[in-house]
Amino acid sequence: METFMTIVAGILLTIGTYLVLSRSLLRIILGLSIFSHGAHLMLLTMAGLKQGAAPLVGEQTGTYTDPLPQALILTSIVISFALTAFFLVLGYRTYVELGTDDMRELRGENDE
Amino acid sequence: MNNLVVFPILLPLLSGISMFFFRDRIRLQRKVAVNGLLATLAVSLILVGMIAQNGVQVLHIGGWEAPFGITLVADMFAALLLTTASIVSLACLIYAFHSTDEAREKFYTYPFLMLLVCGVNGSFLTGDLFNLFVFYEVMLIASYVLLSLGGSKIQLRETIKYIAINIVASMLFVIAIAYLYAVVGTLNMAHLSERVAEIGQDGVITTISLLFLLVFGLKASLFLYFWLPGSYSAPPPAIAAIFAALLTKVGIYSIIRMFTLVFYHHPEVTHTIMIWLAALTMILGAIGAIAHWDVKKILNYNVIVSVGFIVFGIGLSHADALSGALFYLLHDMIAKALIFILGGAMISIAGTHNLREISGLISHHPALGWLFFLVALALAGIPPLSGFVGKVMILQGGVEKQFYSVVVISLITSLMVLYSVMKIFINGFWGETILSEEEEKSTGRGILIPGSILAALIILLGIGADWAMVYVEQAVEVLVNPSIYINAVFTQP
Repeated sequence: METFMTIVAGILLTIGTYLVLSRSLLRIILGLSIFSHGAHLMLLTMAGLKQGAAPLVGEQTGTYTDPLPQALILTSIVISFALTAFFLVLGYRTYVELGTDDMRELRGENDE
Repeated sequence: MNNLVVFPILLPLLSGISMFFFRDRIRLQRKVAVNGLLATLAVSLILVGMIAQNGVQVLHIGGWEAPFGITLVADMFAALLLTTASIVSLACLIYAFHSTDEAREKFYTYPFLMLLVCGVNGSFLTGDLFNLFVFYEVMLIASYVLLSLGGSKIQLRETIKYIAINIVASMLFVIAIAYLYAVVGTLNMAHLSERVAEIGQDGVITTISLLFLLVFGLKASLFLYFWLPGSYSAPPPAIAAIFAALLTKVGIYSIIRMFTLVFYHHPEVTHTIMIWLAALTMILGAIGAIAHWDVKKILNYNVIVSVGFIVFGIGLSHADALSGALFYLLHDMIAKALIFILGGAMISIAGTHNLREISGLISHHPALGWLFFLVALALAGIPPLSGFVGKVMILQGGVEKQFYSVVVISLITSLMVLYSVMKIFINGFWGETILSEEEEKSTGRGILIPGSILAALIILLGIGADWAMVYVEQAVEVLVNPSIYINAVFTQP
């Protein structure tokens, strides 16, 4: 299961990288978002997927699942959600101000 | 347990949040911001005193003991950086009062400045790797806002690049944390150090450490600096000054922390790579600094050169060189803030950042000119100013470890740095005065208070180097003996 999830994370990172390398700003933002999801999946997978019962005192089993990666991934998802929201607004504002979302035209000139 | 440790995070955070509630009352905001930073400075100084007497101070948040809860650790290294960061941000804040336009002030410049300081201080204090990532994000989100605030074309364009680079770096950070957690099963730094020492730093862990070096290198602009010259020239001068003084330094702090506390077992691999990356950074940065005729670009490339030099000191893994690197780090925070403030003032007076169009400013602004001259000498490491001591110690370490070629590179690049800042001084301040006082775009007032505070510190640090070295050596003692740090985290109740 871990191997499969690692491959899925790898595919997500590949898609993310591909989109980041494109010229349209919106594709870059979505690419970064998918890239983050790949990283999050990796974080969850690396610690080992479900190995036992829920980590509660009342559960009467010997093995428990490690709760820490889930706390970490939650934090990381919230952060990347906020960043994506900010980035989308910034992208829209850039489109309004500069009139383009093509990265080649956003290179800028030296005389500004 | 020492509750004082959390205050350098809490004070900027609370004063920053409280300012959101009175957006239009700029005078009140200024007072709150200054008082918040003064209080942070006071707490940092008390912490330095306590650590000098009683050793490393630890706070287990919520009473959850390490390694289960999140730990805040204030060792001398962190406390010195906290103190310097508070002074530097205070100076930049005072300069921001004069250089920021009213629209930006009304749209939360000061609250975000405080949140930025909160993130920086948190990164210095945290003893948990994932928590370090979170504080990085606090700092970065505040920096995204400060960078794009105002919405001019160049700002929007540069913010896009800056955010994209930083999101990729942050996600690589998460992946590196995931790998490390998979191998050693903990994220508390003291616990990490113990476990890595127990199982030995094998090939897998060394590879992970190189991934961390890549991540921190992106943040500190170690070799991967291509984003820096553009994005640091976009924001208003006071913001650029605080970015140059603090943001890359947090990356350097993380490199020092991780590679002295956790990944110190194979310096022949990790630290050698670091040294050669540092050498390349210095060369490329110095070439950038002498190639440009744009005040902002020259100063930005200077940031890169000094990052290379400090990382060279770290990579030598030699106690004296590490003291030198630490001393130079403190010096560089102050000097970079000062030179960015002065450069910003030059640009706002002349109304252009093209050096060819600036001339003869010294006739109307003697104080600005001489302060610039002073900090230019300090950057190049002329005694008795503060850059000298650190530079000598790092170079001595380099000679002892027989990295002669890198020593030569650092000497040549510091000459190139001197040339690049003298180019600004000679072209900008000497020569024919082309602007009369009425034609100037701004008065350039407002640099005098922050400028003289920072300049006094540069002179004091240089002359009183022996006195400062006592504290720096205490900091290095903890860095070279990770057991002191580990014991403090695990034995303090």
